[in-house]
Amino acid sequence: MTLLIKNGRVIDPASGTDETLDILIDKRKIAVIKPKIEIEAKKIIDASRLVVAPGFIDMHTHLRDPGQENKETIHSGSLAAAKGGFTSIACMPNTLPVNDNRGVTEYIISEAKKSAVVNIFPIAAVSKDQKGEELTDMADLVDAGAVAFSDDGLPVKQSHIMRRALEYSKLLNTLIIDHCEDKSLTQDGVMHEGYYSYLFGLRGMPASSEEIIVARDLILAEKADARIHIAHLSVKGAIDYIREAKKKKVKVTTEVTPHHLLLADSSLESYDTNLKVNPPLRSKDDVEALVKAIKDGIIDVIVTDHAPHTLDEKNVELDNAPFGINGLETAVSLILDKLVYKNIIPLQKFIEMISTTPAIILGLENKGKIKVGVEADLTILNLHKETVVDIEKFKSKSQNNPFHGWKLIGAPVMTIVGGKIVYSE
Amino acid sequence: MPFVHKHLLGIQHLTASEILTILDTAESLFEISTREVKKVPILRGKTIINLFFEPSTRTRSSFELAAKRLSADIINFNQQTSSVVKGESLKDTVLNLEAMNPDALIIRHFAAGTPHYISTFCRSHIINAGDGAHEHPTQALLDAFTIRQAKKNFKDLKVVIIGDILHSRVARSNIFCLNKLGAKIILSGPPPLLPLEFKKFGVDIDFNLDRAIKGADVIMMLRIQLERQQKSSFPSLREYRNLYSLTKKRFRRAKKNAIIMHPGPINRGVEISAEMADSAKSVILKQVENGIAVRMAILYILLGGKERDSID
Repeated sequence: MTLLIKNGRVIDPASGTDETLDILIDKRKIAVIKPKIEIEAKKIIDASRLVVAPGFIDMHTHLRDPGQENKETIHSGSLAAAKGGFTSIACMPNTLPVNDNRGVTEYIISEAKKSAVVNIFPIAAVSKDQKGEELTDMADLVDAGAVAFSDDGLPVKQSHIMRRALEYSKLLNTLIIDHCEDKSLTQDGVMHEGYYSYLFGLRGMPASSEEIIVARDLILAEKADARIHIAHLSVKGAIDYIREAKKKKVKVTTEVTPHHLLLADSSLESYDTNLKVNPPLRSKDDVEALVKAIKDGIIDVIVTDHAPHTLDEKNVELDNAPFGINGLETAVSLILDKLVYKNIIPLQKFIEMISTTPAIILGLENKGKIKVGVEADLTILNLHKETVVDIEKFKSKSQNNPFHGWKLIGAPVMTIVGGKIVYSE
Repeated sequence: MPFVHKHLLGIQHLTASEILTILDTAESLFEISTREVKKVPILRGKTIINLFFEPSTRTRSSFELAAKRLSADIINFNQQTSSVVKGESLKDTVLNLEAMNPDALIIRHFAAGTPHYISTFCRSHIINAGDGAHEHPTQALLDAFTIRQAKKNFKDLKVVIIGDILHSRVARSNIFCLNKLGAKIILSGPPPLLPLEFKKFGVDIDFNLDRAIKGADVIMMLRIQLERQQKSSFPSLREYRNLYSLTKKRFRRAKKNAIIMHPGPINRGVEISAEMADSAKSVILKQVENGIAVRMAILYILLGGKERDSID
């Protein structure tokens, strides 16, 4: 089976490529990359006026499978990913049961083989049952296929467990990802603490709760000389700590979500439960600081933190709604419109942050690049295409997304995984 | 100025003249409660549901009497006897009640924003009777009514609001209301219960009550929620009492003709000494009395429609 993509603007940050090229795919892999390929291919795609990028990788997704298949399954989540332009997703371990043992990791991998249309990379829990008390069998989990470790949804509660996890991760050359939240400060908060939480009478989650754990993790990672990845960065204070740590060559990387880049705490005036997310939507100052941190190279990756919840779970009082935004199908268009189209960050930079860099951070050697011989995972973008976010058209099983109705310019139009078109407009 | 809102969700989005319209209406309805036959037929045929998800005797009874004095039919629904305990969602509960064709729903709920949320899918008039730490608009209106009764004018009145500001919907609604009416507001309480960001609401903050109370015209005490104290917002009730209880000695620092207010229920000997609660300066029971007139006014304004001219 051969597939020829013609006349696309090929952008591959890994090799610094940005030119009009043809790409021939043969037997799942990229066979030829050249300005003009004259060959009989089984299928030809005209990519003129389109951008051909290395397949996008979302390193922060929740698939709810096993355990909460009413919200999302590996199959439906993968369809949502493909529609959103992602060829690979890494799924967080807070399933039921928690992915803290070989059995769950193997289930995810085998179920993905059966039913997923994109590559699925499981992230296992740092601690048993995400309790922050005892380490999981990390070597066994790496052997089973875990690409990183996180107690996501929760911080690694105890500092000494975090320390041991970081130290142990070096043996396995794996990565620890932390959701940074001091729960004793956030308690039963539902939004960012500040003027607007006081105005709306909603319980606050202070910025300090994130800053404290980020600072702790940076200290522990530095002492352990281990890699640490800070999940869904949201506050200015934490950015400052990471900036300082990077100067000191601490092995820290970090990520941000589209919703934290585009929405602020004031939007909670509507009490819309689709805006309830953890970390919470922060102040306008924080939003500006996050955008600046991308430009400054402090933030490495853009992730969705895709967190599907059913309509019924979200159609309640704000206090009673679960945290989370369903993000796989809107992330790319949101960033293309709000940051790339508006010239805040260059397109190449965006592609680097959503493909090249996450592949490097997760150690996915043959991902995140357009190169002869690698698996043909490609995301094709139309920078001029206008779309309106419509949750009714989501491939995801859930629809909890606050961007419904937004008009956006720029969209993924075709997703190719291992040489196979898994989504096409 | 006419009142154009369909619901009463809070004070924040009302104008000063809308507030005054409500107070004036309350004044004209006040006298009904002093009659031998305390009933007028203004809302005859209207159905109102008191929908309370949090315990309340005062506010619920006040709304109930207000509705009855205007001849509306009112029923009470509270969490203990409802199907909420069987796991029914709030939305389903409300839609079931709406299917009985009420004209208004009076909502008290522990979660901020719930009346707003209900108003997004309901066709009845929604009246907020207190939502979490957000707003308690009728309390602020009856407080303004009571202040006007004693002080005639709001301009340059010094109002001190004391206590757990952070968790108080009464404080928020009063801040919005009295600010719009031109009073000068000072907040006092222990710093963990009084974030400095409250200054952005256009108020002053002084953690020292002895200083804050100086020259005050109105002293508004808030209930300390004893049940919240395990969250350790301050060291002990003993410390609280020493620093923030309204005592005779502290009261002397206020203006001679200052009035003492409290939304109730009071914790005697905690935020207010029994002596002060019972003193001639206290208007606490007047607040309760005025509450009925103010709630009659709200029901009349929202539900009265064209009969608006026929109060007598």
